[in-house]
Formats: sequence, C-alpha cells, structure tokens
Amino acid sequence: MRYEAPNTTKAAATLLAAEKGKAFVLAGGTDLLVRMKAGMLEPDLLVDIKQIDKMRTIAGNSTGFTIGAAVPGVEIGEHKTLGKLWPGVVEAAQLIGSDQVQGRCTIVGNLCNASPAADTVPALIAAGAKAVVVGKDKRRTMAVEKIVTGPGSTSLTKSEIIESIKLPKRDRNSGDAYLRFIPRTEMDIAVVGAAVNLTVSRGVIKSARVALGAVAPTALLVKEAADAIIGSKLDDASLERLAAACSAACNPIDDKRGTIHYRTKVAGVLGRRAATIAYERAGGKR
Amino acid sequence: MSGAHVSTTINGDAVQFACPNDESLLDALRNRVGLTGVKEGCGTGDCGACSITLDGRLVCSCLVLGVEADGKEIGTVEGLADGDKLHPLQENFIKHAALQCGICTPGFLVAAKVLLERNPDPTEQEIRYALAGNLCRCTGYDKIVRAVQATAKDLRKKSKKKSR
Repeated sequence: MRYEAPNTTKAAATLLAAEKGKAFVLAGGTDLLVRMKAGMLEPDLLVDIKQIDKMRTIAGNSTGFTIGAAVPGVEIGEHKTLGKLWPGVVEAAQLIGSDQVQGRCTIVGNLCNASPAADTVPALIAAGAKAVVVGKDKRRTMAVEKIVTGPGSTSLTKSEIIESIKLPKRDRNSGDAYLRFIPRTEMDIAVVGAAVNLTVSRGVIKSARVALGAVAPTALLVKEAADAIIGSKLDDASLERLAAACSAACNPIDDKRGTIHYRTKVAGVLGRRAATIAYERAGGKR
Repeated sequence: MSGAHVSTTINGDAVQFACPNDESLLDALRNRVGLTGVKEGCGTGDCGACSITLDGRLVCSCLVLGVEADGKEIGTVEGLADGDKLHPLQENFIKHAALQCGICTPGFLVAAKVLLERNPDPTEQEIRYALAGNLCRCTGYDKIVRAVQATAKDLRKKSKKKSR
C-alpha cells in the first residue's frame, strides 16, 4: 500500500485518478482504519488530505462558512462563531464518538462514509449545506443531500474528493437544532436523528428545512414536514402536522437498535422537539 | 508493503522510526519505539486504552497510522511523570485505588490530563463525558472519577499558590 500526503486538493484528485488499484481518501481515519483492520478494505493507495491547508481551516461568518474536509470535530466545537450561528450543525458534529474520536473525525468523512445513521448529514441537509467537489479536471458544488446515494455509496466519481462544506448566508432570527436518539447517553449510533433549521419573522416561520437520519437508506430532506410549520408560530397543531409528516417519510429497517414501528414513531417525536429548540434559538416564543 | 521513515517528537524527545505504511501508530509506539504504556484493548477506537496526544489533541493511537505521525508531537503516559516524581493524576489514581488490572489506566491518565488542561474545574458530569471514550472492565468508573476530581482540586490549589 502506498501512502501519499499531497499539499493541494488538485494533487489529491490527480493521485486518485491515476491509481489503477483501490484508492481511498484518509482524513480522520475513524471509519477507514477500522475497516482496513477488519480486512474489509485492502487499499493500494491512501491519500491523506491533512497536509492540504485549505482543508484544515474553518473560514467565514454570517455571510457563509467554509469548513475544510480535514477539520476534526474538536475544532468545529471550539470555533468561536460557528456554533453561535449554526448550533445544530455543531452539536451534530460533536455527537460523533468520544473525545478521542473527536480529535480525528471529520464531517466530510461522516458524509462520505455514507452511513444512513450519520449524525452530521441530517444537520447539514437541514442547514442547506453544499459540498465543494474537486475532480482531476473540474470542480462542482453539490447539495449535501445529493452526495449519498445509499448505504456506503456516494455519487462521487473515482477521482473526486470533497474539499469543503459550505454553509449558506445566515439570516437574522434563524436557528437550527439536531437531536438523536440512542439507547445510551453517549458513544452510540443513532436510532433516529432529526434536524430542523428555520428562520422566523415576528414569530412566524418564514422558511424551514427538516431532515431525518437513520430512518431510510439515506438521510431524508422532508419537505412536507417543513411545509407543515412554514407560516405558523409553531403552535401545537402545526407541530403535530410536522411530526406526522416526519413519521410518514420514514422507510427504516428493523435492527437491534430499533424496530420499524419504533423508529417511525420516534422520528415524529424528535422532529417536533428539534423544531421547538430551533424555533426558540431563532428568537421565537411559543 | 512499502514503508516510511518517520521523524517525531515523543514526550519532548526527538524520535525516529521506520514502519510499514499500514502499521498503526499504536503498534509502532509499542513495538518499534518500546513505549508499552500505550495499550491495545479493542483496536477499533472504542476503548481508549491506546489514548495519546497528537499535536496536543487526544486521539486513539490504534486509529492513527504510524506514517501520519511524521513531523508531529506525541504525548504518552510515559511523559506524565517528572523523573521519579509522579504526576498528580498518577498519585491520585493510586490514592483512590482507581485501578485494578491497569490495562485501561494509561489511557484514562492521558485523557484526564487533556481534560484538566482544558477545564481545571470540571463537574462530575463533565468528567464522565470526557472519559466516555475510555472503558474500564474491572474497577468501574466511580473511583476514577473521584481521582480526577481530587487531582483537579490539587492542581487548582497549586496554581493559586503560584499566582500569589
């Protein structure tokens, strides 16, 4: 196995494109190295992206943030303004693993690992985040919800690499929240995750995005759930409609963490609670 | 399997080693550098027995490749004591009997040190969350939490004295 640590995104994409065997991108390694150890993957080439300066930084403000693909969770948590404007995105990133894992894990790794239960993906989708995708010859910007196509698979081509995640301009009176349900209080995989991002004007919800994780093969953007609360002051009736729309969107599996019936029910409950938190963060009063 | 020559700083000393590209930093530290304080529990980042600091960040060395350590600063449990003088955390782990078999202890010590550097006065809940990535299968966690609380108290007293 070759190991390369290039200094630019373009060089990384070129290395990936030129490799005839199996090539993988190494960011935090918290998924990749576990799989290599288990013998599930035998890479011919690892491209470590942590020497790429652009990928190591968080830049921006209320006009938009760019979070580099190699920024570890702990740095996302420590950032001075990111968490004030995007508390839901930051809390989702911080829910991944232990402090040890936070020292390494990245939101782009979480996205590209393409687990249906990834914590940051619903939060990023609700935020309207975009991924900056760099290939050998061209760049493109894609909505986060277009990246994952199924469990373990993405729409990226062999030479493509995500350089960063872009969060949009933040309007005043906006708030987001992410909640997940796990069987214990720490260090587990989501049974259901729910993210809500909204903007309020004089108490009335002007715009909203609702996303769910761990209830379908990919994280879901649930337009019906957002529509249920847009135009409302988040009264009980609109919250109930949001919960019903969340449950209706679910297409989960039965496994040891939760049954189909249970996940479907909990998706509504978490959607409702996340919406309430986001609304309060946006300055709304119920 | 091709390999790499790695130059690092470990506990303040310049250290060089060579290892295959797919070797974990945990294996390199134990088998090539001889630092057997880092323990392997699970090898998958769940138990924290192999906790070290990498450029000041707490990580599981089983989830880092040896080659990634090139140019980096590593801190292990061997760097806690000052010669024969144990670190206050080590003193308190002994005093509070916060260990039995000892396999998890180096990881707990390194993780607790990082916590106290960041937060000199953590609540019990903060300690339990900060140490959630370290598993102990014999003592349980209560004595460990007490030992960390006692250390935090000792260190705060010390820094107060210093500032006077």
